[in-house]
Amino acid sequence: METVEKTKLATIWLSGCSGCHMSFLDQDELLIDLAKKVQLVYSPIVDVKIFPENVDVTLVEGAVANEEQLSLLKQARAQTKILVSLGDCAVTGNVTALRNAWSDSDQAVLEKAYVETSDEKALIPMAVPKLLKKVHSLHEVVKVDYFIPGCPPSAALINYVLTELLAGRTPNMEGRSKYG
Amino acid sequence: MSVSTVKLKINGVEVTVPEGTMILKAAKDNGTIIPTLCNLEGLTSYGGCRLCLVEISGSPKLFPACSTPVSAGMEVTTESDRLKEYRKMTVQLLLSERTHICSVCVANDQCELQSLANQLGVDHVMFERQWTNDEIDSTHDFLVIDRNRCILCTRCIRVCDEIEGVHTLDLKLRGKDAQVIMDLDDHWVNSCSCTSCRKCAKVCPVGAIYIEGEPVFHTKNKDIAEFILARRNRKWRQ
Repeated sequence: METVEKTKLATIWLSGCSGCHMSFLDQDELLIDLAKKVQLVYSPIVDVKIFPENVDVTLVEGAVANEEQLSLLKQARAQTKILVSLGDCAVTGNVTALRNAWSDSDQAVLEKAYVETSDEKALIPMAVPKLLKKVHSLHEVVKVDYFIPGCPPSAALINYVLTELLAGRTPNMEGRSKYG
Repeated sequence: MSVSTVKLKINGVEVTVPEGTMILKAAKDNGTIIPTLCNLEGLTSYGGCRLCLVEISGSPKLFPACSTPVSAGMEVTTESDRLKEYRKMTVQLLLSERTHICSVCVANDQCELQSLANQLGVDHVMFERQWTNDEIDSTHDFLVIDRNRCILCTRCIRVCDEIEGVHTLDLKLRGKDAQVIMDLDDHWVNSCSCTSCRKCAKVCPVGAIYIEGEPVFHTKNKDIAEFILARRNRKWRQ
């Protein structure tokens, strides 16, 4: 049987609620068509731990809020041809970035979550990635090729962008996308 | 009584409008919508948002359609690649200036700024965003102002002054520090001039002034423009 070289697709989940991934899965039966064209090489829904080399398209959900996310995003950028900001957190920072309105918010949010509102012993976790001073949208730290705003972007919009990209065309977001 | 009229071309189509009409209105009355955030029929023109900039042949400059009156033989272009680029840039600057987060805003889906961004295809903001942390004044019985969402269009100030006639609202400071204030920069609850008429909330194009506990689609009211015009032209007097 003749095998066609499939497009390598990756999806990443940074600081977001996973709603964009839910919306991705909401493509429902269109996922079957998509599966014929792409191979999912890295994603929260597949069991690959290390971001692979030579990825064609990477969808990134969520803003960059800690050091681990920053390094993963930089690695993904270096190993991907087309990087797409998926959803408002990736595009604008969204709710995640609301802490940017306070200075020293990296400490303040930890205090709030683990000390002030703690029912039991107050303890700030140390063995987790360090929070960045500010939450960043993706294009503030790496080059982003396409943007899909929305909270979450609709399944139809995600499907439209993927279809256009897989066909080698440039998606036109005019009148299609919607913040919030 | 006859009104003297002026002939001009809007996007190549010849139109006739009363003398002194602003380009924005002349275009609208002839079926061409020019985007704007600060203009509202019935209120004086402010020319603050710069979204209605248009090209007039013979001049390299761009003109704000809301405050440029028509003149005979004028040839106006309301849509071009250049204008679109500027409009996209303006929307991005507005979005970057304060903490605009649609997903947690009362005006989500009812917001003129958000809808304009979508129409123009502004899918990201290329400028560094300012994350403002200005005070939200919810001291009034039901009116709330969140200045982090304000785009300084001054519709609320103009409607308060020109229609309600009380001038409770005004601006303090300049540029990015400008803020809408009540009376002499007091909390809303202390305002002795505010009549709680809600017109400010009705005309706010974004989610900056809203009525507590009332869905924004209920509050925001395009009919206010008609009401304003009726008041201004005293239509009920025949």
